[in-house]
Amino acid sequence: MSENQPLPSPRPTPAAPSIAEINRARARRRRQAVLFGRVAVLVVVLGAWQLGTALKWIDPFFFGSPLGIVLRLAYWFTHGTAYGSFWFQIWTTIEEALLGFIVGVLSGVVVGVLLGEVPFLADVAGPYIKVVNALPRIVLGSIFVMWLGLGLASKVMLAAVLVFFVVFFNAFEGVRSVDRNLVANIRILGASRLQVVRHVIVPSAMSWIIASLHVALGFAIIGAIVGEFLGAQHGLGLVIATAQNTFDANGVFGAMLVIGLLALSAEALMAQVEKRLLAWRPAPAGEPAGRA
Amino acid sequence: MSGASRQGGISFTSVTKRFVNPKGEVMTAIRDVAFTVEPGQFCAIVGPTGCGKSTTLTLTAGLDSPSEGSVRVSGQTVDGLTRNVSFMFQADALLPWKSVLANVSLGPLFRGYSRADAQAKARDWLRTVGLSAFESHYPHQLSGGMRKRASMAAALINEPAILLMDEPFSALDVQTRSIMSNELLQLWERTRPSVMFVTHDIEEAIALADKVIVMTAGPATVKAVYDVDLPRPRGPVQEIRFEPAFLELQRRIWSALREEVEHAYQRSTGGAPAGRSEP
Repeated sequence: MSENQPLPSPRPTPAAPSIAEINRARARRRRQAVLFGRVAVLVVVLGAWQLGTALKWIDPFFFGSPLGIVLRLAYWFTHGTAYGSFWFQIWTTIEEALLGFIVGVLSGVVVGVLLGEVPFLADVAGPYIKVVNALPRIVLGSIFVMWLGLGLASKVMLAAVLVFFVVFFNAFEGVRSVDRNLVANIRILGASRLQVVRHVIVPSAMSWIIASLHVALGFAIIGAIVGEFLGAQHGLGLVIATAQNTFDANGVFGAMLVIGLLALSAEALMAQVEKRLLAWRPAPAGEPAGRA
Repeated sequence: MSGASRQGGISFTSVTKRFVNPKGEVMTAIRDVAFTVEPGQFCAIVGPTGCGKSTTLTLTAGLDSPSEGSVRVSGQTVDGLTRNVSFMFQADALLPWKSVLANVSLGPLFRGYSRADAQAKARDWLRTVGLSAFESHYPHQLSGGMRKRASMAAALINEPAILLMDEPFSALDVQTRSIMSNELLQLWERTRPSVMFVTHDIEEAIALADKVIVMTAGPATVKAVYDVDLPRPRGPVQEIRFEPAFLELQRRIWSALREEVEHAYQRSTGGAPAGRSEP
């Protein structure tokens, strides 16, 4: 008898907060706690550093101090460096890294797709690529400075070489792992070889290539800065090298901070580009919150 | 001259196909296969799993060439990719990075239509398969059945003379599968291409086809051919399968197939090495 009775209304009383609201509130509290934790870490580390140097527990001459870094950066931004305005040094490094990135990515994609599509070429070139890849490519910087001089070209070249190998290997693997069914189907529909490359091979390799771009961007910046270290007339690498030679710890840290900010903003830009290019992909089930 | 030499007819004459597998062994996929498919005929091919059924499709499409014998399509020996053919695979062959509309318009685009004309044609077909509202979706945003409908539109948009289908619905759940079978028949009635439909499901084969070819366990050869003389249009697949003529055919085909299935099963569990290979 009890089973046939009308059930009491399942609607909750209006006063009780819904599960969704409770969840939202919980998530908000957690976000605030995380933010607080992050700020606290920053304040404690910088505070301890500043306090340590003020009390002479650590030597500000060798270790610099947060305040010293800020003052050094302020001086650079207002008065410039020995070789022109600080903005110009930053721009020089950006320009070198960007050009190197573009050259490296384009050549990496072209060569990767070509070797992936033509197994004969891949078999012939394979051992040489392995050898060159095994070399510590940073030392090529010295050669490039000798060949191309102290200007832009030698840094662009070094950055491009570093970027090339990262992108090349991913493009190659990407082409090799294309779904053969898709290729067969599109060929039956009447696609030419070039159309197969354009509509299937390249887009399919794209997710591999894009995954490599994050790393490649970091390498482009490393290439530009190391190149400037080895011999340059402008750029952040030169700023660091000069600061090092004059035992200016604040200068080294200051330039480092600028480079870090540069890399972070490039990374953020890259994430946006990736989102646009890979819009067709299903959202991954467990996307990690903070991607490196 | 038989009908098989007209546009859309397919004929296999003592076709044998051998492969060299990665270990260097020679495997025979199909042996001495002979059959014909008349233009506009719907032909189902059933056989045990892995017996080489799919090889007949790749040979017809010209993706591969026979080791012996000849495959003729529309009276011409297949040499290189066959023209005027569409293929539907078990896995969707939709490009995941293109919208549904862009996927369906690929066929006409490759035939030299302008982008605008190709898209107009694709919109027509999407309306036919009931996907108009989803033309700008990506394949992963559609359900399995919707993806199959999009695949059918993509396969039929060039109005091929021959449609090759390799277990196209076997990844779907049973209900969606019978719905897809109905829709396939309706679409097929519009342009009436010749169809070679590979499946391991006898019910599906009888419900759809005019002719059912039973293959032996690998290396596969034709064991028997049955004509399905159920009237067309067939109507819902779910209902036709209770008709006495249907049940009688099913019983006969199963008795031919059972032996082969058992044979293939024993071989796969008993481990006797044999030329079983289905690419």
